[in-house]
Amino acid sequence: MQVRRFAVVMMAVVLLLVFAVGTFAAKPAKSPYVIGAIFDVTGPGSPLGTPERDTALMIETMVNKEGGINGHPLKIVFADNGSEEGRCVMSAKKMIDSDKVKAIIGPSSTGTTLAIAGICDRSRVPLVSCAAGTRITNPVKSYVFKTAQSDVYAIAKVIDYLKSKKLTRIAFLNDSNAFGKSGLEQMNLQSRMAGITLVGVESFGSKDPSMTSQLTRIRGKKPQALVVWGTNPGPAIVVREARQLGLKMPVVMSHGISNKKFLELAGSAANGVVFPSGRVIVANSIPNSDPQKKTLLRYKAIFKKTYGRDADHFGGHAWDACWVVINAMKKVGDDPAKIRAEIERTKHFVGIGGVFNFSPTEHNGLGKNSFVMIQVKNGKWTLIK
Amino acid sequence: MANSFFGVIVQLSDFLQFMLSGITIGSIYALVAIGFTIIYNCTQIVNFAQGEFVMLGAMVAAILVHGGLMSLPLAIVVAVIVTSLVGCLVGAALLKPLRTGSTITMIIITVGASILIRGAMMLRPDKEPIRVEPFSGERSVNILGAVLDVQSLWVMAATAVLVVLLWLFYKYTMMGRAMRACASCKPGAKIVGINIHKMTLLSFALAASVGAVAGVVVAPISTAQYDMGTMLGLKGFCAAILGGLGNFTGGIVAGLLLGVLESLGAGYISSSYKDAIAFVILLVVLFARPQGIFGGRKAR
Repeated sequence: MQVRRFAVVMMAVVLLLVFAVGTFAAKPAKSPYVIGAIFDVTGPGSPLGTPERDTALMIETMVNKEGGINGHPLKIVFADNGSEEGRCVMSAKKMIDSDKVKAIIGPSSTGTTLAIAGICDRSRVPLVSCAAGTRITNPVKSYVFKTAQSDVYAIAKVIDYLKSKKLTRIAFLNDSNAFGKSGLEQMNLQSRMAGITLVGVESFGSKDPSMTSQLTRIRGKKPQALVVWGTNPGPAIVVREARQLGLKMPVVMSHGISNKKFLELAGSAANGVVFPSGRVIVANSIPNSDPQKKTLLRYKAIFKKTYGRDADHFGGHAWDACWVVINAMKKVGDDPAKIRAEIERTKHFVGIGGVFNFSPTEHNGLGKNSFVMIQVKNGKWTLIK
Repeated sequence: MANSFFGVIVQLSDFLQFMLSGITIGSIYALVAIGFTIIYNCTQIVNFAQGEFVMLGAMVAAILVHGGLMSLPLAIVVAVIVTSLVGCLVGAALLKPLRTGSTITMIIITVGASILIRGAMMLRPDKEPIRVEPFSGERSVNILGAVLDVQSLWVMAATAVLVVLLWLFYKYTMMGRAMRACASCKPGAKIVGINIHKMTLLSFALAASVGAVAGVVVAPISTAQYDMGTMLGLKGFCAAILGGLGNFTGGIVAGLLLGVLESLGAGYISSSYKDAIAFVILLVVLFARPQGIFGGRKAR
C-alpha cells in the first residue's frame, strides 16, 4: 500500500518535472518561413539548375544554423521541373496552393521562367528568377524579379571591347537555340549604333557535330573578329575548327561559356578567346577595392567546403535570389505583398552577379558593369583590365 | 585578271573544304544507315535505337578515358563490346513479338530502348559534354588550300574498313550468308535450318557495334554527350530511306550524299537551313521515288 502511494507520488513528481522542463526550456517555437525553389535540375538545363539547387540547399542550412530569420526557421520546398515548361507550371501551382510558399526562387532558364511568371504575378507571390532573358523583367511585372544579368549587357560589354580594339567588321556565329538567337537580336540592335558592321551572320544547331562549313563561309568574308554566341559544346567545337582552318582573327564569345567545361572541351584552342562573365570565376584576381570581392570569396569558400567543387556563375544567381528574399523577410516578415515591396526597395545589395539596385521600374537591378571581360591565357581565365 | 584568277582559287579551296567536311559527316551518316540496314534486312523493322548505339559507343569510350580508367585504344574496344551487348539485349527483347509477327510492337520496343539508353546515360551527375582527344593529336593536312584534320581521315578510314569487312562477312562467311538468307526469304531460311532467333540477336549485335564505332570516331570532333544520338539517328535514317531501306550500297551512297549536300547547303545557301536540307531531300525523294534512289531491287 505504502509502496503504491510512494510510486504515485514519484510519478506525480516526475510528471511535474517533465512538464516544468518542457515549459521553461523550450522557447515558444516560431512558425517556419516557407519559400519555394524550382530549378532545371534535370534535362538540358541541368548544368544551370544543379549548382543553383545546391546553393539554395546550402543557404537553407546556413540560415537555420544561425537561428533562422528573426527566430523563424527557414523552410525551402524544392522542385525539379526537368527543364520543361509544363512541369514547371505544375510545381509552381502546387507550391502556391498547397505548400503556401511566400516567395519562389528560380527557375533556371528563360523559357521555364516565362511559363510561371504570369501565375506568380496573378497569385501575388514574388518570383525571383535565376534566368538571363531580358523579356522576364521587361516589361516589368509587379511580382517578378530576376538576379541573372541580362544578355543586353553582355552584348553591350562585347561591343565596348570590340570598339576599344578598333574591330569594326565582324562575323557573328550563333547557336540556333533561344540563347543564341537572343544574342543575335541584341547584336543587330546594338551594333548599328556602335558603328560595327556584321559582314557575316551564320548559325549552327546545338547538336551539330561539326561547323566547318559555316567557318569556311566566314573565312571568305574576311572579318576582323569572330563573335560566337552559344552554350557548350558548340562554341568549343567552333574555336577548335576555326584554328584548324587557319582563322587567326580574335574570337569573342558569350557568358554562355563561363565555366570550366569550355576550357576542357576546347583545349589549347581556347587560348586568346575573350568573353564577358560575372566576377565569380575570377574572384581572386579582381582588385580589393571592388565592393563584391568579399562576398565572392565568401560564397566560393562556403560552396567549396560544402560540396568539394568550385562554385560558378549560375549557382551565384541562386545565392543572390535567396538572399534578396531572405533579407526582405528579415525586415518585413513573411507577407508576400510586403516581401515584394521590400525587394523593390532593395538598394546596394552586394551579390554574386553584381551590386543590385532594384526599383519599381527595374526588377533586375543590374547594369553593364555587372560583367567583366575575361581572356583565356594558357588555359586559365585572366581578367582584362 | 590576276585578281579573278585568285578568286577562282579561293572558290575552289572553299568548295573543296565543303566537300571534305561533308564527306566526314556523311561517313557517319553512312555508318548509321548501315546499322539500320543490317537490322531491317534480318527482322523487317526499323530500329529506332540505332542513334543511341552511336551515342553509347561515344559515351562509354569517353567516360573510360576521361575517368583515367584505361587508354584510348582499349576504351574503344570496351565501348564497342559493351554497345554490342546492349544491342543483344534490345534484340532479345524483340524475340517474342518476332514470333507473333507484330511489327508495330517491335518498333515501339526499339523506341522504348532508345529512351532507356539515353536515360541511363543521363544518370551521371555531370550531364555536360565530354571531350575525347583526337586519335593522332590535333594535326591537320592541307589539300589545295582546304584543311582536313587527321581525325576526319580516321572517320573516313573507319567507314571504309567497316564497309569492306561487312562485305566480306556477308559474302564469304557461313553466318553472313545465313543472315542474307533470312533477309531474302524467312520461311525458306527456317526450312533449311537457320536459327532465326540467333540471327536476330546477331544482327542487333552487329548493328550496335557498327554504331559504336561511328560514335567513337566522331566523338573527338563533336564531343560526347548523352543526347547526341537522336539527331545522328534521324540523319542516318534519312540516308537509309533515301538509299532504299534494306539496300547496303544505297545507304552508304545516300549517307555520303546527304553529308555533302548539307555541307554545300550550309556553305552556299544558308547555315540556318542546314538541318532542313536533309529532311526536304527526304520528302522530295519519298514523293518522287518512294522506294528510294537506289530502291526497287531487293537486298542482295
